[in-house]
Amino acid sequence: MTALKLENVNKSFGSVHVLKDINLTVEDGEFVVFVGPSGCGKSTLLRVIAGLEDATSGTVAIGGDVVNAVPPAKRGIAMVFQSYALYPHLSVKDNMGLGLKQEGKSNAVVDERVSKASAMLDLDNYLTRRPAELSGGQRQRVAIGRAIVRDPKLFLFDEPLSNLDAALRMNTRVEIAALHRTLSASMIYVTHDQIEAMTLADKIVVLRDGRVEQVGSPMELYNNPANQFVAGFLGSPSMNFLSQSVTGLENGTTLGIRPEHLRFDANGQISGQVTHVERLGGDTNLLVKTDADEVLTVRLFGQDPTEVGDDVRLSYENANAFFFDQNGQRALPRAA
Amino acid sequence: MSSTRRTSGTTIAAHAILITYTLIALFPVFVILINSFKSRKAIFREPLALPNAETFSMIGYETVFNQGDFFQYFQNSMIVTVVSLTLILLFGAMAAFALAEYRFKGNTLMGLYLALGIMIPIRIGTVAILEMMVSTGLVNTLTALILVYTAQGLPLAVFILSEFMKGVSDDLKNAGRIDGLSEYKIFFRLVLPLVRPAMATVAVFNMIPIWNDLWFPLILAPAEEVKTLTLGSQVFIGQFVTDWNAVLSALSMAILPVMILYVIFSRQLIRGITSGAVK
Repeated sequence: MTALKLENVNKSFGSVHVLKDINLTVEDGEFVVFVGPSGCGKSTLLRVIAGLEDATSGTVAIGGDVVNAVPPAKRGIAMVFQSYALYPHLSVKDNMGLGLKQEGKSNAVVDERVSKASAMLDLDNYLTRRPAELSGGQRQRVAIGRAIVRDPKLFLFDEPLSNLDAALRMNTRVEIAALHRTLSASMIYVTHDQIEAMTLADKIVVLRDGRVEQVGSPMELYNNPANQFVAGFLGSPSMNFLSQSVTGLENGTTLGIRPEHLRFDANGQISGQVTHVERLGGDTNLLVKTDADEVLTVRLFGQDPTEVGDDVRLSYENANAFFFDQNGQRALPRAA
Repeated sequence: MSSTRRTSGTTIAAHAILITYTLIALFPVFVILINSFKSRKAIFREPLALPNAETFSMIGYETVFNQGDFFQYFQNSMIVTVVSLTLILLFGAMAAFALAEYRFKGNTLMGLYLALGIMIPIRIGTVAILEMMVSTGLVNTLTALILVYTAQGLPLAVFILSEFMKGVSDDLKNAGRIDGLSEYKIFFRLVLPLVRPAMATVAVFNMIPIWNDLWFPLILAPAEEVKTLTLGSQVFIGQFVTDWNAVLSALSMAILPVMILYVIFSRQLIRGITSGAVK
């Protein structure tokens, strides 16, 4: 069964066309991540799915039913917001239980579901507190708890980690992944952070300017990006794009090579000078300015003695190179 | 205020200015209060002297309580002020919510139209208002005053509250929608508590002019049984003789209820459960 099916969904605000012909299927139990730069329409798409915005045209079907005219509360969804959006005047317990009470569930059912969710999220000691008395991470867990309690057909996450600090973000990311395994529920997760996308997703949807650029599993997108945008967006540090530094490129063609696929080689195809070194302990990132005045990143594993100002020659294997035409689309690799 | 360390000299100067201003502002009130407890002769002989054993007199208060139906006036003022404020806050907040929350054709235009009332004083329309009240038979009723004051207060209320409501997190309202709260519940249970400080501001801004107004009570409701306090106090001011004791006593007592209301609203200004709602 499909958890969500979007067909030709369009959304305009006045004359601004935000979403353009979105077609997408989310299978049952799948974790799908919408990723893209800010302003690409990913949050708007999530709101259309939630029913907080109406699609200008096209159909939205959740669990097999077309829900275009169904209000958010009756769509069988639950949403976790970036800003947590907890009710400030209610205790943690009432925050989590409000949705069920509105559905008319009995107190016994509400209590049972709330205590189950709070046990899952380690919130048992905080049930009587108000949101103001909780830390950021705890608030985010309450927000997630509020979603779990409703036992929805589809979970929607709107950049849930962007207000947390780095350490907490990592922990919560792991918790969300664990939650997905435990509940085996369908989830849609919006983020601009490609690391969250890569680590959490079964399927990534890359959006740009209101269009779906590519859909696929993280490794599919990483190993076989459809175009220059996807190639550059996924992966950190991001892919190097060269058009002058390498000989034998057809006019207008760009060569893409990931930083980890470059290595020192006295006979390498590219020569340049190191302009900056980032030593991360486990990795070393070098910024190299090529003789043709292009900057590229080299990722070396482990620690490396290279200093700023050193002249280097770099090589790559043709199997690891990507080629893009003038429009940024993938071109077939040229025999080198 | 940010980086420079304040020297004690500037602190003293700032306090001196503020204290001076406070004294100037409170002085008339102080003079009214002390003179309301003095005999008529003492008021005129030494207006600035405190009442002492010789000059102390409650004659003003006695006159006020014996002449005219002071409690009736008091009650009328209370009813008019409280009901008007309630209506201003209720309708103002609802209109502001609609303007801030919903996208509809003419939203901006409607906002401007509602704000127009801030710039045009309602008293310009007094004659028309009086004609309307006469033809609807509302002359000499408190309803007439309440309607006029509500109309007078709404523009500013809508203006201030809609700005504040735009500041309430969309996520919170959307969370409510997903949890199945109706738009009314979202308005009353989520949004109103968060804009409470703004509501208190609007209430204070509107309360004082309504309580002190002489114009509309005089024109729309001059009958004895619907006189407000301010209008009622005017009986002691004659064309030739003014009973200063009574006027000052009435004014002193008129200050009290506004002060109580002010204290209630200003506590709302300070208290806030908003922190921690979002982020």
